[in-house]
Amino acid sequence: MTLLCARGLRKTYGRGDALVRAVDEVSLDVEAGETVAIMGPSGCGKSTLLHLLGGLDHPDAGTVVLAGRHVDQLGERGLARMRRDAVGFVFQAFHLMDELTAVENVELPALLAGRSPRAARRRAVALLSQTGLADRANFLPSALSGGQRQRVAVARALVNDPVIVLADEPTGNLDSAATLEVLRLFDDLHQGGQTLVIVTHDSRIAATADRLITMRDGAFIDETRLDGGTAGSLARLAGLDG
Amino acid sequence: MQQEVVLAMLAKEPTHGYELRARLRQALGPVGEELNAGQVYVTLARLEKAGLVVSAAAPGVSERPDRKVYELTADGQQRVAAWLAEVDWPRPDLAEFHLKLIAAFAARLADPLAIVDAQRRELLRRLRDAQRAALAEADTSDAALLLEGIVLRLQADLRWLEACERTWTNRRSRS
Repeated sequence: MTLLCARGLRKTYGRGDALVRAVDEVSLDVEAGETVAIMGPSGCGKSTLLHLLGGLDHPDAGTVVLAGRHVDQLGERGLARMRRDAVGFVFQAFHLMDELTAVENVELPALLAGRSPRAARRRAVALLSQTGLADRANFLPSALSGGQRQRVAVARALVNDPVIVLADEPTGNLDSAATLEVLRLFDDLHQGGQTLVIVTHDSRIAATADRLITMRDGAFIDETRLDGGTAGSLARLAGLDG
Repeated sequence: MQQEVVLAMLAKEPTHGYELRARLRQALGPVGEELNAGQVYVTLARLEKAGLVVSAAAPGVSERPDRKVYELTADGQQRVAAWLAEVDWPRPDLAEFHLKLIAAFAARLADPLAIVDAQRRELLRRLRDAQRAALAEADTSDAALLLEGIVLRLQADLRWLEACERTWTNRRSRS
């Protein structure tokens, strides 16, 4: 089942000689349960594309249909509701509320969506446990490591059971060990059937995807399926073949 | 398998063939899965012939190589010490790929960017395999560190391919 269907998306900034085609006639289908990674250098338009897919920004042209909803036709109020209920966002800089504890950060979108405080707390606690942070629930973000903060942000993205999670450079601010923590978490979500779109220039997180799209100058230039058979022997990669 | 590696793995104490294999399995994890006993015993036989190890059959058991106890000779000890001090590093294969792009472009045999794309797809599949293996290991396993090394080298290669792509995009559009 195609969960997300984008056609002919276009977004430009500036005008005349300074016109930048950030997203230039991009079409994308994402199947339910699929993880798609979009890679490209900074400035290739991948973040803008993610904003268009998630209703954070309006395209100049083109359509986005997410789980039957025409995102490009929604008004501001409808967009806000869709972003809250149907989409989970994960950002490079975490965007946690500094004055709220981990569990309060996670439950906030559920409270905004009208869930009872008790139900919201229960769900938030369960998600923190799933992300391995049960013992950090009452910590402020400032007392958490980068990897832990990003895992709180992922738990928050999941609290309203979104149909899709959109992640923008989720490992961009993390060191190698913290990257591995977040990779494990995304891999678990993937195995659990969560639909994910990740834009990144980190080949490491991109390699966890089913499908990898390379983007340059606002357009898709290459697509690779990564869900097939293995590439060969690990021994060879480690230089153990003789 | 490289002789010095087997030699060094024996340096701790006189060791049965099967113990040696267990040590290698522990250190290599999923990377060592295809390593067969035959390769190890062929290497041991060569080391013995070269006078770097001596073997003794354990009392009461047959002459099977995994039952023998292997021990370093003085020459073997010296060889291990010299090997540990060596700073040789595995030869990276960058020149071949670099020349492939140049030759393909010069003779109009193939589009260098298509070659870069195909290579990137292959490296990403390898990265995916190494990463899956890494995610399946406990953080504390010796093999996790080896897999981390594989992942980091593949990432470096992928970054070089990005540089190749930028350069060849410019060069192609100038020509």
